[in-house]
Amino acid sequence: MSAPDRYQWRRDKDGLGVWEHRGKVAVAGFGHSPVDRRWDEVSMDQTLGAYSILACRKAMEEAGVMPDQIDGVICCDSHIAGGSGGSASQWAPRPYFAPPYDSEWGLTLINAQWLVEQMGLTNVKFAPTGVPTISEMVGMAAQAVGDGVCSTCLVIYPTGNLEGRYRRGGENADDYARGARQWTAPWGNHGGNDFINMFPHEQYCRKYGGQHDDLAPFVVNQHRNGLLTPWGYNATHNVSQLTIEDYVNSRYILNPLRLWDCDRPVNASTAYLFTTAERARDMKQPPVYVLNHSQHNFRKRSTQEDLDEIEAWTDRAARRMYEGAGLGPSDVDVFNPYDGYAPMTQFFLEGFQWHGVKRGDAFAFYAGDIRVEGPHPLCSSGGNLGTGRLRTAMYTDSIEQLRGTAGARQVTVRAETALAAFTTPSSGGWIMFGKHPS
Amino acid sequence: MPKLIPAPDSLSKPFWDAVNQRRLVVQHCAQCDRLQYPPQQACQVCNSAAALSWQEVEGRGHIAAYIVIEDGRLNRRMPDQPYNLAMVTLDADPRVNFYSNLPGTPPYKVRVGAAVEVTFEEVAPNQFIHEWRVVA
Repeated sequence: MSAPDRYQWRRDKDGLGVWEHRGKVAVAGFGHSPVDRRWDEVSMDQTLGAYSILACRKAMEEAGVMPDQIDGVICCDSHIAGGSGGSASQWAPRPYFAPPYDSEWGLTLINAQWLVEQMGLTNVKFAPTGVPTISEMVGMAAQAVGDGVCSTCLVIYPTGNLEGRYRRGGENADDYARGARQWTAPWGNHGGNDFINMFPHEQYCRKYGGQHDDLAPFVVNQHRNGLLTPWGYNATHNVSQLTIEDYVNSRYILNPLRLWDCDRPVNASTAYLFTTAERARDMKQPPVYVLNHSQHNFRKRSTQEDLDEIEAWTDRAARRMYEGAGLGPSDVDVFNPYDGYAPMTQFFLEGFQWHGVKRGDAFAFYAGDIRVEGPHPLCSSGGNLGTGRLRTAMYTDSIEQLRGTAGARQVTVRAETALAAFTTPSSGGWIMFGKHPS
Repeated sequence: MPKLIPAPDSLSKPFWDAVNQRRLVVQHCAQCDRLQYPPQQACQVCNSAAALSWQEVEGRGHIAAYIVIEDGRLNRRMPDQPYNLAMVTLDADPRVNFYSNLPGTPPYKVRVGAAVEVTFEEVAPNQFIHEWRVVA
């Protein structure tokens, strides 16, 4: 098994040119577990481990791949709460259960080794540890398959959530601000994508003219697309359609950030199956080709990133992606940027200039027709806001749109290329899919 | 209301020692002639560690943006909600910015662009933090 720190797989620099494996790697399958609000800490068929195994089996079954064909497993081995604990931290009951739940692994934490053992994947030769989040995992898988490190690779992204208010424990319950938090937490910044984006968003509104609630049509449309996503939280839990009135009357979290600008933490798992384009052509589904992957990790100048930095970063991320894919903004049919907090999507939309949207144009674009059946089907996935905090809707929808199997969400515009991401403006990654290899 | 207490480490100790003496210092890179805050092991532009030194700066700045925390996650700060959280740029180099709760300014009553000056607030016995107050 390989360690990722020795494998230089990232495409995280400017000017790398067209990706050497463009069109030679494909996604052949995906699988979603049910999406629950929380694990009830009782049902052993609903643990994060059980859901990850289920997602893997669905992805393999969809592709028509047997367990002995899997030779790569990339699993994010950190739960999403990080050091801030609270509802998404590990449960740590004492005593544990009978195997395979005789430790934390499989309950609220998953890694490749646990999955390999539980699923009896006997031919795995690439199962790195210390794997980053889904934004980079799909890039790692694409590069590993392209490089021949493995040929048939499962990518698994579990997202856990337990009882209690989200991230209210751990370092957020500490009286002391340690490490990097000594520069933020004394004043109230507990860290996260909300704080990264809210100050630049406030500057954005003042620079270009607009108000925070101009996000309402975008958020409402995300919920609409979420209800058109059969596996998502909203669609499977009878969540009613959000309205503009609901949005503008919702309470503030970080004023002007509203409740409905935030995604809903869930307990779920998603799996994708990456393989060579050549192998994918013999599998059950039409291949969805990878045309490029790129990553970025930009350093802020000071305590808080500002609008100038975020615009420069998203411009650079767009240049990297377009250069590596050999495509430009007008070539992108399906656009699924990240939306975990609503006020960040405009930075991506404008940086990547999808449908000609330039700096300062996003709010007017949101006020137009962005429905999936319309001319500008932005975020056809519904994203996190519409499906829950899985951080994978963007990838699944892109795959389905290119296959032509998105059902009620199927866009009516051309669907031959799709761009997807889970990313902050400062760090993360993008992946470009194609219906055709070139 | 109690704020979180900074836990100085070997890199940040000179900074907090200065704050406890009611002085504001930031790193200065002699090679780039740039100020740097928060402190880092090396200059983030030229990557030189040797060129970095501590430099006292005049505690004057301006409010660049702000939000109001109404439902944050920090247990210790919850009794304070709602409270301002502003991004303050340093006049000596506006690329350097700080957070501030703007003591003395009621929540939502913040004027972006207003001039501020540094002040120091004791958050634990003999441990101060730097804060910023709007200049009348």
